[in-house]
Amino acid sequence: MSSESPRRRRPTAALALVTVGLILMGGLYAAAGSLASPAQAETSEASPALLEEGSVLYKEGCSSCHGLNLEGVPADSVGKGNPKQNGPSLIGVGAAAVDFQVSTGRMPVGATGQQVVAGRSSYNEEEVAALAAYVASFAPGPAIPSEEDLDTTDASLAEGGELFRTNCAQCHNFAAQGGALSNGTYAPAIDPSRPDHIWEAMLTGPQSMPVFNDTTINPDEKKAIIKYIQNINAAPSPGGAPLGTVGPVSEGLLIWTVGLGALIACSVWLGAKAK
Amino acid sequence: MSTTQRAVATTTTWVDDRTGAGKWLKKNLRKVFPDHWSFMLGEIALYSFILCLLTGVYLTLFFNPSMKEVVYNGSYAPLNGIKMTQAYESTLRVSFDVRGGLLVRQVHHWAALLFVAAVSVHMLRVFFTGAFRKPRELNWVIGVGLMTLAILEGFAGYSLPDDLLSGTGLRIAQGIVLAIPLVGSYVSSFLFGGEFPGTDFIPRLYSIHILLIPGILLGMLTAHLLLVWYQKHTQFPGPGRTNKNVVGFPLFPVYVAKAGGFFFIVSGIITLIAAMFTINPIWLYGPYVPDQVTAGSQPDWYIGWLDGAVRVIPNWETVLFGYNISWNILLPALIIPGIMFTLLALYPWIEAKATGDKREHHLLDRPRNAPTRTGLGAMGLTFYVLMWISGGNDLIAQAFSWSINSITWTIRVLLIVLPPLVFVITRRTCLGLQRRDRDKLLHGRETGIIKRMPSGEYLEVHAPVSSATRAKLVASRESDYAPIEAPPAVDANGVKAPKKGRLGVKLSNFYFANRVIPPTDEEIAEGQHHAADDLETVRPSGQITSGH
Amino acid sequence: MSNDSSSELEVAGAHEIEHALRRSDTDPRAAQRAERQVAIMFVGSVLASILFVVAFVSVKSTAVVDLPLIGRIGLQNLTLGVASGLGLFLIGAGAIHWARKLMSDEEIVDERKSFASDDETREAVVESFHTGVEESGVMKRPLIRRTLLAAMALMPIPAIVMLRDLGPLPETKARETLWRKGSRIVTDISYRPIKPEDIPLGGLVAGALPADLKKVEEEEGNLNQRAKAAIILVRMAPDEIRSQQIQDGDFQGILAFSKICTHLGCPIALYEQRTKHLLCPCHQSTFDLADDGNVIFGPSARRLPQLAIEVDKEGYLVAKEGFQEPVGPSFWERG
Repeated sequence: MSSESPRRRRPTAALALVTVGLILMGGLYAAAGSLASPAQAETSEASPALLEEGSVLYKEGCSSCHGLNLEGVPADSVGKGNPKQNGPSLIGVGAAAVDFQVSTGRMPVGATGQQVVAGRSSYNEEEVAALAAYVASFAPGPAIPSEEDLDTTDASLAEGGELFRTNCAQCHNFAAQGGALSNGTYAPAIDPSRPDHIWEAMLTGPQSMPVFNDTTINPDEKKAIIKYIQNINAAPSPGGAPLGTVGPVSEGLLIWTVGLGALIACSVWLGAKAK
Repeated sequence: MSTTQRAVATTTTWVDDRTGAGKWLKKNLRKVFPDHWSFMLGEIALYSFILCLLTGVYLTLFFNPSMKEVVYNGSYAPLNGIKMTQAYESTLRVSFDVRGGLLVRQVHHWAALLFVAAVSVHMLRVFFTGAFRKPRELNWVIGVGLMTLAILEGFAGYSLPDDLLSGTGLRIAQGIVLAIPLVGSYVSSFLFGGEFPGTDFIPRLYSIHILLIPGILLGMLTAHLLLVWYQKHTQFPGPGRTNKNVVGFPLFPVYVAKAGGFFFIVSGIITLIAAMFTINPIWLYGPYVPDQVTAGSQPDWYIGWLDGAVRVIPNWETVLFGYNISWNILLPALIIPGIMFTLLALYPWIEAKATGDKREHHLLDRPRNAPTRTGLGAMGLTFYVLMWISGGNDLIAQAFSWSINSITWTIRVLLIVLPPLVFVITRRTCLGLQRRDRDKLLHGRETGIIKRMPSGEYLEVHAPVSSATRAKLVASRESDYAPIEAPPAVDANGVKAPKKGRLGVKLSNFYFANRVIPPTDEEIAEGQHHAADDLETVRPSGQITSGH
Repeated sequence: MSNDSSSELEVAGAHEIEHALRRSDTDPRAAQRAERQVAIMFVGSVLASILFVVAFVSVKSTAVVDLPLIGRIGLQNLTLGVASGLGLFLIGAGAIHWARKLMSDEEIVDERKSFASDDETREAVVESFHTGVEESGVMKRPLIRRTLLAAMALMPIPAIVMLRDLGPLPETKARETLWRKGSRIVTDISYRPIKPEDIPLGGLVAGALPADLKKVEEEEGNLNQRAKAAIILVRMAPDEIRSQQIQDGDFQGILAFSKICTHLGCPIALYEQRTKHLLCPCHQSTFDLADDGNVIFGPSARRLPQLAIEVDKEGYLVAKEGFQEPVGPSFWERG
């Protein structure tokens, strides 16, 4: 987790807080009212062996930033003694956040910058599942979507498009190619993303992204959006090479280089004296 | 007489009896056109415009410029059941349900992009070679008008399909209209038939796009070409080329084949591009809805500089007696472009004021021979390109993982610092090149052969330059002109000189700063003679012919 | 000095136009080869035109081809375009090749004649003009002159006046939106009413509208109200709100702002939940939603108007009142 986002996981922490009634996080979010929809908060029912594996992995790879008990490392304690980097509390972030962050390779964080970037995951699927189960065992939070959740067969492609253009295109571009945000941050391209990762990102709101829980965008709508994104990725481009589908800028570059270039080459040929 | 000859004679007689075209044809069939690749830039513009007209007519057969809402039910599944205007729906239809319709749409759009690009480069060629000088000032002004109309026409076309991108563009245009002092709200309400977006604007824009602007464009284009025809084309300096002749190939047959063939080349290349590269995939943008937007909302390239200017301007706004003056919109969208285009249109007279030059010019300048003009042009171009880059700041930020805020600030600084710097560097470079040319004429070219003098000194041997090179270099005299001299502040009778004319002197001094005076014929003859002698000392005559 | 040297180029020894012979001028086989090349190009064009017709009737609009580097693209557009493009290009290439290789390439010289008339003609023109002026009596009869000028000056007025009916007067419509006290807030697209607990911390409702918009749009048949009324909802912890335009305008940390940029009217919803910044994708105006919706970067001069919200009896979010300032771009009368 990057250093300038201490509050990233708290929204979902609040879900857990209210539902289970723990007072771990203090009264701060109590004022925010009852926030959780019951469907989202699932307590872990994982096997003890999986939890044990998760615990080992967590202590090795995560605890230095997120604390031995998921309590997080506040920014002001960095440098004094052991912790080298701060990280948010993971209590109540749910298995979805862990699965998204770890299996897209964003966590454990590599270089610190404006944005934590995706990459190759350091853990295999089973290890990710163990970590997710371990973190989810502390407090309920958004769960990893099931296969049924991600079954888009009955979802409406057209509605997905409308929802995508209203909720997603402003940051991720009309063809899911991503876009710039302020101060060096950006919304990544999501057309190659796995459906479960798209789902988890909406549910947990990683980094700059706001949270789209199951009440602001309900599961059926999430399915429709995922279907639309997959369709953008899979559909052929009827008019030829799509030039990155980033809009008129790449078109302008093409006409100035290839178009005008080819025609000037022809002009030179036309004007040159034949031998 | 063969059958063909007889047929030609009969036809000619028939036409001449009725029109008297014979005299004109006699003069013009063998009219001479000089050959140079850069003279084809205007033709690229002309032909892409013609292609726009042809494809545009085809598109009107299918496009329905209406903002009435319908529910889509066509062959593009991801939009099925969605409400949209008939304009958007019919654009989808021509793209997906008319064989070759998408191709024609793409040819139309690519040709439009190329049209403005070719006009721009053509204009740069005319500017940097001084082709706008007397007697071609009027044609320059017509050219600036054509450029302005081309940009407007392009924007109108971009706005017609009523997809998310074109609607966003119109929303911005409407915001700019609103910023006009005093009448903004009224103009906007009249243009849009009420509030934005309304249901009137696209049909209105359609008439403007397919009738009004193309009509004016055609008229001005005709005038532009007639003047080129009548005044005869300029030519670059070279062997046998003088200010009083034009050297090249005859209209018939060479230019009929070359220029006619070039029309097909331009059309062919644009069509091939349209075959291979998508342009404006409106189905991906979706229909325009005023509360939807996409990241990377950009105009077509020729509006990019205006959009860029609007992006970099600081947020200045004045409220005066309860009225808003939005400098943050007026300056970049109306005032700065207004000043730029006015200066551009008036440039021939500004330069003539500085040079005091009243001669006719048919021989083109090499850019180095007009250092101040070349510097000014490079400066203006830098300003333009920076604004243009700013129009893509979000994509640059994304592509290079830079901060969009830093990019904006960098461009703000560069817009002030870079253009003057470019001016100074360009002018100096030109002056340096001019001095080198002068040296070649006065001392011959450097051969790379070193000889040792009896005194022990080493010298490089010079050789005379070829006649072709000499013709090119000597043309600097055509470009040169003496600066206007300031009248004495107080004349012989003690009367103070009038203030009038001082501006001209100042301009002139600025224009001719560090002027390199081209050598006279005697100096050149002497210099070349010396060089020949010099060469003789190391290579007896005949061994080396003059080089380049 | 140089000012009067009207190109005495002969002194510089550059008056001769060089002409080098081409291979096709000297070698009949080369000329024949060029002839064949031109013909091949023309034949190629013929074949391309035929190919176009074949493609037109045989390639389906859904056919797809997978090309290296380019990817999966529509076959119909590609074949029709390549065929017609080649058909055109090859005619041009053939014609130019013909002109370069086989037509005479000897440059010819045309003298330029000054198109300026001589002084006598000019004087005659001026004189004719004066005669005309004299005969018309326009200078002698100021009454005619002035009334004509007046007539000409007023003549365009009808044309301008007629533009008046292009649209209604703006009135105060730019200041009014559909939002009233008690307007229920619904999500865009699905038109669902929203309860406060629906919106999580760090959450965003990227498009929200007044519930009566759908009906109004059906009646009016345009999107005008949507273009003004669109809002976004965000939720932050109440203590993260540093300042807001309307006292207690939030509901438990849920803030509603106009979605229409105050710069040039683009809809904005690029909400960065960590920083609480909202970025406009068109010109990068950035607003701080935790601090009044103030502009912190970019060309916009005005903050984003806030909509005060509360919940109604059924627990749904509603507007507490209409917008307190005009939404969208600045205009002259805005103040």
